[in-house]
Amino acid sequence: MVEKNGASPGNPPKRFPRLRSFLGDIPLLAWLVGGLISVLIEQQIGDSLATFLGLPKIPVLFGCMLAMKEPLLLPGALAYVMVIYGLTIVLIGKITARPFNQLATKMMQWPIAIAVALHLVVLYAIMHVWSDFSLYRELTLKLTLIAIMLTLSLNIINGYMGEFSCSHPGFMALGAYGASAVMVLFFVNDRLFGDALLPEFLGPFFFPLALILGGIAAALGALLIAIPSFKTRGDYLAIISLAFMFIVKSLFENLQFLGGARGIKGQPDLANLPTVFIWMVICVWVINNFVRSTMGKALNAVRDDEMAAEAMTVDTRRTKMVAFLFAAFWAGVAGGLFAHTIRFINPNTFGVQRLAELLAMVYFGGLNSVYGSIVGAVSLNLLGEMLRPLALFKWIIIPLMLILIMIYRPTGLVAFKEFDVRKLIQPKRKPEKEV
Amino acid sequence: MPLLQVENMTHYFGGLRAVHNFNLEIEPGQIRALIGPNGAGKTTIFNLITGIYTPTEGRIMLNGQNIVGLQPHEIASRGLGRTFQNLCLWRHMTVLEHVMMARYARLTYGLVGAFFGTAKRNREEAASEAKAMELLDLMDIAHLADQTVVNLPYGAQRRVEMARALASEPKILFLDEPTVGMTPEELDQMLEIIRTVHQDMGLAIYLIEHRLKIVMELCEKIQTLVFGEVIAEGTPEEIQNNPKVIEAYLGKEAVH
Repeated sequence: MVEKNGASPGNPPKRFPRLRSFLGDIPLLAWLVGGLISVLIEQQIGDSLATFLGLPKIPVLFGCMLAMKEPLLLPGALAYVMVIYGLTIVLIGKITARPFNQLATKMMQWPIAIAVALHLVVLYAIMHVWSDFSLYRELTLKLTLIAIMLTLSLNIINGYMGEFSCSHPGFMALGAYGASAVMVLFFVNDRLFGDALLPEFLGPFFFPLALILGGIAAALGALLIAIPSFKTRGDYLAIISLAFMFIVKSLFENLQFLGGARGIKGQPDLANLPTVFIWMVICVWVINNFVRSTMGKALNAVRDDEMAAEAMTVDTRRTKMVAFLFAAFWAGVAGGLFAHTIRFINPNTFGVQRLAELLAMVYFGGLNSVYGSIVGAVSLNLLGEMLRPLALFKWIIIPLMLILIMIYRPTGLVAFKEFDVRKLIQPKRKPEKEV
Repeated sequence: MPLLQVENMTHYFGGLRAVHNFNLEIEPGQIRALIGPNGAGKTTIFNLITGIYTPTEGRIMLNGQNIVGLQPHEIASRGLGRTFQNLCLWRHMTVLEHVMMARYARLTYGLVGAFFGTAKRNREEAASEAKAMELLDLMDIAHLADQTVVNLPYGAQRRVEMARALASEPKILFLDEPTVGMTPEELDQMLEIIRTVHQDMGLAIYLIEHRLKIVMELCEKIQTLVFGEVIAEGTPEEIQNNPKVIEAYLGKEAVH
């Protein structure tokens, strides 16, 4: 590979150079361990610290809700977040940077899977301890992880392939209903489907199958759109997929054996945090594998110049079909997880509002980038929860932010960046002073 | 048997006859050129042979097989590489990715490899990268491998397109005005590249060109196209002195 010179004319100058050089030498694992210790500290002394700062209880989502309900508590909440999360993480990251950098150097020689697994275990531990505190935290976290899957899969179509698809809530619905129907039919004594057909202990083993089945249902739905709309390019897909979303919604409203407009409820409680986390990791891994292969990059070639792609032996029609079905599959799986997390779905869950949310996450986070999808899903999802006390004003602030992003960064926050796990976990050195 | 044989190819756009009774034979390792004034239908002929349009009538044989009606990517993977007149590069992709992309049809790891990153995929991608770097070396742009193409100067972009066309390992290369808009220096380098490709790789080349000087230097045989019809065919000298050609290029008055 060719060495990249640091200050090539294409790269914009880095902002906050001092902060960057201060934090730049902390490897990912040190950050994660810092995070783990900070949530452990919160578990131990969170209550007393909150009382000390005059807060009624531990701020659930970084103090934002608390501060909005009672603005006078803002300084206390801020101090709490700074002490528990900010200071602790930076301090521990800074102290442990040297040993963890040495460890990271060693890890680069191990098989990559082991190093990644180590990081993921620590990451999961953070989530587990953090969400242990309240059911609300756990629900928010699970929905955020599911949102990452949805955003990433939509990014394949709208970002990597450069088409505009509106059918994601439809795919989600197909997956949610598919997985729910299977699970409720087999494992729940339900008014809709009658008695359970299989003993309950088999549920966890069937759950992945049900999710995959939901994914396949979504992919079949995608095939219906793909056949007519990929003969040409342009606005057709946007229109056909929008129609598809409405068709799916009214289909489920009218299918009485699936609950009609009332939907399905009482899904077995199988989508616990580890399950959702594992599915999210698999989803990110597989999608990232795909978009970094030449077969996945063919999507970019099709988007940027389809005729040239054809002339360079790329089977453009197949490429588009595969990517579309693939994205729909993951939307279906995410829909199944969603149904089992909320444990209640009805057709209205998968309407235009959901579509707007998903599109916002994709375009906010950044097109054509796995990082972007993660950033978009996490930030908009958490923001949505944090701004909940504002009620209606939430729907003024979030769109406003979107508009600003579109003006200042038209392709989103972290667009067109390759997600390279090796680069992420490699040892970090202080960035050299730019000349 | 000729490598590429076009027989009586005719094409209509609606009621407009764009190409009429076009014939072509290219032997392995031959360089031929197609010249003609603007709007004569030169690029249309390229697009017809490479499969972007399907000819209304006629037969196109590549390596003894009829390729009329095949998808462009199928024709390309049977050994027909091309470049474009107005640089069709992928603006968000790096130079290396461009060249590797042209080896798409040679990848056999399939979707399983793409999704799960199997050992086979890593092997094939590595081989593909090595081959691509070789070509970039040949084009003298290996140091730009990680750059996005839009950041490159025009001459380098042309070379990327050339490397990309070669990466699919074609038997015959179609060049659509490879020197258009180039400085004299860049032009000399491009001529050198075309010669290298022709001599070292033994490729047959079919080229559209405006500047007669280049055509005269490179080609053994030239066709002149005017309004979709070949009005003259022959060696560079014959073409240069053909009154019909002079008339087409310069108008009637000049023939004296």
